[in-house]
Amino acid sequence: MGLYSEEISNISNRASENLFDFAIVDEKKAEQTGYSNYSYWRSTWKSFLENRFAVFLLIVVLSIITFVIIQPYLPYQKSPTEIYIDEQTGSQARNIAPNAEFWFGTNSIGQDLWSRIWAGTRTSLLIGFIVALVEVIVGITIGAIWGFSRKLEAPITQVYNIVENIPTTIVLILMSYILRPSISTIIIAMCITGWVEMARFIRNQVVILRDREYNLASKCLGTPSSRIILKNLLPYLISIIMLRMSLAIPFAIGSEVFLTYIGLGLPISEPSLGNLVNEGRVLMMSPDLRYQLIFPSVVLSVITIAFYIIGNAFADAADPKNHV
Amino acid sequence: MLWYIGKRLLQSIVTLFIIVTIVFALLRLMPEEGYLGAAAEKMSPEQQEIYLTNLGLRDPLIVQLGNFYASLLQGDLGTSVTYRTDVPVTTIISEKIMYSLFFGLGAVALSLIVGVPLGILMAQMKGRWLDRLGTGYIVFVVAVPAAVYYIFIQMYITEIFNLPMLFDEYNPISWLLPLTSMALAPTASYAMWMRRYMVDELNKDYIKLARAKGVKERTLMFKHVMRNAFIPLAQYLPATILFTIMGSIYIESLYSIPGMGGLLVDAIQRQDNAVVQGLVLIFSSLGIIGLFLGDLAMALVDPRIKLGKGESVR
Repeated sequence: MGLYSEEISNISNRASENLFDFAIVDEKKAEQTGYSNYSYWRSTWKSFLENRFAVFLLIVVLSIITFVIIQPYLPYQKSPTEIYIDEQTGSQARNIAPNAEFWFGTNSIGQDLWSRIWAGTRTSLLIGFIVALVEVIVGITIGAIWGFSRKLEAPITQVYNIVENIPTTIVLILMSYILRPSISTIIIAMCITGWVEMARFIRNQVVILRDREYNLASKCLGTPSSRIILKNLLPYLISIIMLRMSLAIPFAIGSEVFLTYIGLGLPISEPSLGNLVNEGRVLMMSPDLRYQLIFPSVVLSVITIAFYIIGNAFADAADPKNHV
Repeated sequence: MLWYIGKRLLQSIVTLFIIVTIVFALLRLMPEEGYLGAAAEKMSPEQQEIYLTNLGLRDPLIVQLGNFYASLLQGDLGTSVTYRTDVPVTTIISEKIMYSLFFGLGAVALSLIVGVPLGILMAQMKGRWLDRLGTGYIVFVVAVPAAVYYIFIQMYITEIFNLPMLFDEYNPISWLLPLTSMALAPTASYAMWMRRYMVDELNKDYIKLARAKGVKERTLMFKHVMRNAFIPLAQYLPATILFTIMGSIYIESLYSIPGMGGLLVDAIQRQDNAVVQGLVLIFSSLGIIGLFLGDLAMALVDPRIKLGKGESVR
């Protein structure tokens, strides 16, 4: 017995040793396992930056917007509506080709084309932004209610089926024909038709998402519907919303050109890109005066194309499937 | 099936009814000069009053509405006031409708012939120069307002190729430019749609399986992918009619084609209420009929469409 006493005591010593330590609960470390550095907006921004062309266009658009806002306050700017008088002849400074005084020349009644183009861009962008904003707000509200409320679903669908059949162009023409042409009537006419598509987009997505398990769970936990819509559903739809919004702007600008073309646009005293293109079109036959058509057309094309491409690039970037 | 068609038909009729009523109501809110025309200045206020009473514009609104429907059912759209004085609107429009139909349908046909193959080619050359070129074209046409490039086409292409600038009924070469211009936008939308469809479809499992078992690339394209593509395409076809309405308004007045689009611009500028009303009704009926036929074609071709049960939103 004495032979093993050392070993026995060894074993019993080991047994009394603390073989297992209680792990110290560290809240921070617990968090770390589930933590990823992912931020939705940062990833979106990062994948957007990878599209060099879109970034370039974004810079172009931002500088145009900034320039359009500050342009009237810069030195050596002329009034967009004043009719200038040629000092030598004493008559109106008509159709002067671009020179140091009139940077883009003058139009057929002697107004400065440079300042008219920027004033027109200001008007057209304003119309575009307001229409896009109204379209998004009304479209999201109606679309969300339509998709989420089971009581209102059937009546709204019936209304939609009828409204959707009415050609947009016709509504636009009719509204502008009846209302007196001004910026606000053009905006109203466009808003009346614009939201329908948006509402349908949102509704379809909401219907797909509303019965997913996470929403079901959220509902069982007693989350109010408004919070489910705002916090659980809408973030999913940001890429679609942004796309629609950025496409609404070129569409609104284009509609303004269209309305002006058929004689229902803004009065000539209110310069807009549609007005300028239309004024230039009349002079199409004389090659010397074509600058009056080309300058506004180029500005118009750059703006609309830029918005279109930025919108598409942003929608791609905002889609979480493209975030790696 | 019949149930679905009946329901869809009813919907179209209700829509048309609503549009007609709205058009009627809105035009009564307009200033009354649109009904007096050039004669307004020569008339004393009393004479104007009598004239308007004779036209039925002093009756209660309900009676006016009833009269309006009654004459509409007999195919009477009233008479023009300022555009061509005292000529029935139906006569004016019937002279013009053939030109519009010719150019509208011609443009749609042209855009299908060019747009669909373009989309297929782009999908097959994805990422190469043709795809990039096509995408550039699509972006340009979709983003830039049609008026701008129509004007530039008329201005420069006529100059470069020495083509006639205005429409001439007896000179088919002068039909060329209006037709191609009008086809530009629908071509772009067909090509864009077709490309996206092909790219999506070629990634699907059944295509991979077909490839794996050795189906020839050509057979794969024609027998599998494209046959499926035409079902949704059938739906888009009539909707393009709506696009061409907007195009026709520009093109017809730019090339002075005596069609309905040009007439609408004239009538608006001369404030001829009766003509505007008639045209709006015809355009919206065309649009509604187009959408109805589109849905019908869809239902006929695609067996998956629920036949009247439940509500489905496209």
